[in-house]
Amino acid sequence: MSKLIFIFLAFIPLLCTSFTPERPSDRRVLVLLDDFAVKSSHSLFFNSLKSRGFDLHFHLADDPKIALQRYGQYLYDALILFSPTVERFGGSIDAAAILDFVDSGHDLIVAADSNASDLIREIATECGVDFDEDLAAMVVDHSGYAVSATEGDHTLIASDDFIKSDVILGSKKIEAPVLFQGIGHSLNPTNRLVLKALSASPSAFSANPKSKLTSPPSLTGSSISLVSVIQARNNARILVSGSLSMFSNRFFRSGVQKAGSPTKHEKSGNEQFFTELSKWVFHERGHLKALQLQHHKVGEASEPAIYRINDDLEFSVEIFEWSGTSWEPYVADDVQVQFYMMSPYVLKTLSTNGKGRYFTSFKVPDVYGVFQFKVEYEKLGYTSLSLSKQIPVRPFRHNEYERFIPAAYPYYGAAFSMVRISLPLFHSRWIKLIYKLGHDLCTRFGKIVQPSS
Amino acid sequence: MAQDLKPSISSFSLPKTLKLKTKQQELLIRVATLALIYVLAFITRLFSVLRYESMIHEFDPYFNYRTTLFLTRNGFAEFWNWFDSESWYPLGRIIGGTLYPGLMLTAAAIHSLLRFLRLFVHIREVCVLTAPFFASNTTLVAYFFAKEVWDSGAGIVAAALIAICPGYISRSVAGSYDNEGVAIFALLLTFYLFVKAVNTGSLAWALGSAFGYFYMVSAWGGYVFIINLVPLYVLVLLVTGRYSLRLYVAYNCMYVLGMLLAMQIRFVGFQHVQSGEHMASMGVFFLLQVFFFLDWVRHLLSDTKLFQSFLKITVTSAVAVGAVALGVGMASGYISPWTGRFYSLLDPTYAKDHIPIIASVSEHQPTAWSSFMFDFHILLFLFPSGLYFCFKRLSDATIFLVMYGLTSMYFAGVMVRLILVATPAVCLISAIAVSATIKNLTRVVRAKSPAVQSGSTKGTSTAKSSSKGVVDNSQPFQRNGAIVLLLGAFYLLSRYAIHCTWVTSEAYSSPSIVLAARGAHGQRVIFDDYREAYFWLRQNTPPDAKVMSWWDYGYQITAMGNRTVIVDNNTWNNTHIATVGRAMSSYEDEAYEIMRSLDVDYVLVVFGGVTGYSSDDINKFLWMVRIGGGVFPVIKEPDYLVNGEYRVDKGAAPKMLNCLMYKLSYYRFGELTTEYGKPPGYDRARGVEIGNKDIKLEYLEEAFTTQNWIVRIYKVKPPKNRW
Repeated sequence: MSKLIFIFLAFIPLLCTSFTPERPSDRRVLVLLDDFAVKSSHSLFFNSLKSRGFDLHFHLADDPKIALQRYGQYLYDALILFSPTVERFGGSIDAAAILDFVDSGHDLIVAADSNASDLIREIATECGVDFDEDLAAMVVDHSGYAVSATEGDHTLIASDDFIKSDVILGSKKIEAPVLFQGIGHSLNPTNRLVLKALSASPSAFSANPKSKLTSPPSLTGSSISLVSVIQARNNARILVSGSLSMFSNRFFRSGVQKAGSPTKHEKSGNEQFFTELSKWVFHERGHLKALQLQHHKVGEASEPAIYRINDDLEFSVEIFEWSGTSWEPYVADDVQVQFYMMSPYVLKTLSTNGKGRYFTSFKVPDVYGVFQFKVEYEKLGYTSLSLSKQIPVRPFRHNEYERFIPAAYPYYGAAFSMVRISLPLFHSRWIKLIYKLGHDLCTRFGKIVQPSS
Repeated sequence: MAQDLKPSISSFSLPKTLKLKTKQQELLIRVATLALIYVLAFITRLFSVLRYESMIHEFDPYFNYRTTLFLTRNGFAEFWNWFDSESWYPLGRIIGGTLYPGLMLTAAAIHSLLRFLRLFVHIREVCVLTAPFFASNTTLVAYFFAKEVWDSGAGIVAAALIAICPGYISRSVAGSYDNEGVAIFALLLTFYLFVKAVNTGSLAWALGSAFGYFYMVSAWGGYVFIINLVPLYVLVLLVTGRYSLRLYVAYNCMYVLGMLLAMQIRFVGFQHVQSGEHMASMGVFFLLQVFFFLDWVRHLLSDTKLFQSFLKITVTSAVAVGAVALGVGMASGYISPWTGRFYSLLDPTYAKDHIPIIASVSEHQPTAWSSFMFDFHILLFLFPSGLYFCFKRLSDATIFLVMYGLTSMYFAGVMVRLILVATPAVCLISAIAVSATIKNLTRVVRAKSPAVQSGSTKGTSTAKSSSKGVVDNSQPFQRNGAIVLLLGAFYLLSRYAIHCTWVTSEAYSSPSIVLAARGAHGQRVIFDDYREAYFWLRQNTPPDAKVMSWWDYGYQITAMGNRTVIVDNNTWNNTHIATVGRAMSSYEDEAYEIMRSLDVDYVLVVFGGVTGYSSDDINKFLWMVRIGGGVFPVIKEPDYLVNGEYRVDKGAAPKMLNCLMYKLSYYRFGELTTEYGKPPGYDRARGVEIGNKDIKLEYLEEAFTTQNWIVRIYKVKPPKNRW
């Protein structure tokens, strides 16, 4: 029995194929649905995830048995909320639990819809995305709508205003516009991390399509975001979409023709857009890691505990990118290192050898203090690298200064010449004279001394 | 003499003993008294060890202790070149070049001597007992000094007075491991050796005095007092026509050698030739040479008229050259102007207006009359009478003592902490008063009653010899009056002894890191919150964590908590301290930015609202505002005051109620009932109900609060994850 347990324990590491620094891609994904019909109506999206090796767990959002963590361990690496109408999650999940899930480094896809509940809106707001407060409002675009058989209310939009990042959307250009039907949102201006992945055209606005527009809409033009992505500081990635139907098989398969555009595409850009975007969200792309932050004096191999001012040092760091299956060397020419104490004293662009190693060498400034090697690399789409290593810089020791300095040569000369000149004075003739003088003086001063002592 | 003593002791029981020569008896008594005083000076400083434990007190001593520990562990070369990255983050501090190493070297030397003698004690015990040991040595120096100036009787009295004088005890109790502990010894030794050198004109004593000065320079910044007082004294002697070759030899040797030796201390360096505070000594040095030269010329020139004109020319040109040299030096920046501390000594109001960082320290405040009384007791009245005796028997030595007494009394009036410097002078001058008075009185008592005195053989010869000099035609009740006066003197002196013991026990023996209070039933309550907090830091925070606190606690955090601090008690960088002051007096979000830029991980505040401990951060807060505002004008003191009044209750200024320091001090305090019959949130230190009971922290979280809430530690949260 004990042997069995032992074997089991030995296999635990193999069982845990969860998000690790070694394999940043997600494995286990919890999908919460409003009803199981979504599972089949959105099967193309789910199948693309499954085919990429994700392990999807489907549950109803109000299933009382669902839980994100057990015994303090998270059971999933990512969460897909395809349940726009849910008012309360089942089990122990609430908005705070989901945000904690994100804050501990897990990914999240949220899809809202025109009937999005307050709960979903709250989660989105916490991520820096504010949905239109008018509950009946949808994004309407009278010039950028998708041409369809029936003249509708122009809420089905064809948008091709993508975020310009190969890292987020893949290197292959998305040719066809993306179909969108749902609610718009704006980005919280105080949030510096949220990005518009798909924005509405300048002619779009957010209003209730069924009623007459009485007052100017609160959200207009390209400030409306249709799909937004957030990369949190701990590199957890979040996707917020104003439409659930965007992910559906119907939208994936349907053709699209943007109003005013002569080209009709056989297939909308939705599938490519979300496949690529989900690759990014689930860390199959754009994930960097830095290793081996090393520094040492020129000509030495080991890392010192302290530098001296004006030392020459060599600095190197290795940066790799996750390709989805393996770590590949990351090649860029804009990685910089700072030698920092309250402000950067040295700022150098690192050169790379193409095999992931970045290196440079520089001279420690003529300032002592507690410095830091800092690599702050924040590039659109990539996980941010923020490395720092503290290193004190000391002044010269008492025996490290120049023994003879040129400026002092006159004084050295003076000292020696003094000896040279004064030597003849010790000739007995002079000595006698000085002695006599001194004697004279002393006898004279003796008169002063005696009375008072 | 020792050979003479031994048989006398061995044959103590025999009646022969009584036939010891008076001189030998006197010597025996003197040595025995001095030995007793030596021991007394040591043991009266041990109250705190007996009552608490063998621990280091206060703030600065913790730095001294930490450096001593480093010195004993790593050796002198490492100590000399020590760059400390744990203090003044991220600037660091070159410890070796910014401290007076005398104290540490002394303690380390004693420690290694004890180890050599196979006495294995911890360096902490040595540190704790260094100050009492040097206080004992000071009594000996005081004895020799007074003996040199007056007589051996005055020496004994001076030793006795200084052994228990509260003004000195305040800085030299066991555990008060501070520079002053050894510096007063060095100061008095230097003065004694210099006076001796002036009296004898001997090169050897002057050399000794130069070494004494060297030791003083290595131990304490107060050496500036010596290097200004001695030239002043020389100047006074020159002006009063007491110039002599003895003075010439003593001063030149002491000044030149002392200066060269002092330059070996890294912290002092070239100040002796470059700083304005040391220029007086150099000026007097040149003046002495001019005097010497003139004297020589006067002996060569027999014609006084010729000499007069020569004198005029020489003096004018010497003064002109000196003034030009000083002017050029000042203008070119070679000679630095006087520092703020020096100015604040000469002008007590200077610091208050210009340098809040000096004025904020309680021991830099002007002295109140009560503390003179507290520290000197009867010496305060004996001091003027001692001056009278000194003037009555004016000599080179007494002039020195008078000048030392008067100048140091002035400085003692300017700053509380300088009472310490005045104490030896006050003791010496008072000792002269006591000794001279009692001697005169006993002379009167003895002279009129040879019959009474004949019963006791002791001291007959002195009585006989002295009786010759005493006037016979005296007043009728002179003898009775003398006896009454003697009794009065003994009464006063015994009151002095009682007062000193009481003061030592009650006021000066508290370690201040462990607080004691009287409970409701009169029992002693111990608040050990400081150490609780520091050990929490040591055990629960990452080793490279940076702690921000007001600078008072910096040394203790590095020494006991072993964590990096932003600022500490070595207030060398005003801007850095002002940054911390600004953070403490800003709103939380602004403070957060500052703390992030300084990589602060923890914030430590001291809060006395629960215990009624009044020297907490809220009471120091206005100084943080002033020091912060001195560098960053966005911080304005009136924002924190209401009609010029500083308050923390409902009527407090809105900025006050929401600044970081207020929030950190009173976080969760609104829920706490501190005193029966008072509303929750009643601040016992200030006696008011606080004005903001609902404090929410956004960027910090409470990490630790000690048992009595005296120390509160907050953790700085990382930036928000999704914003």
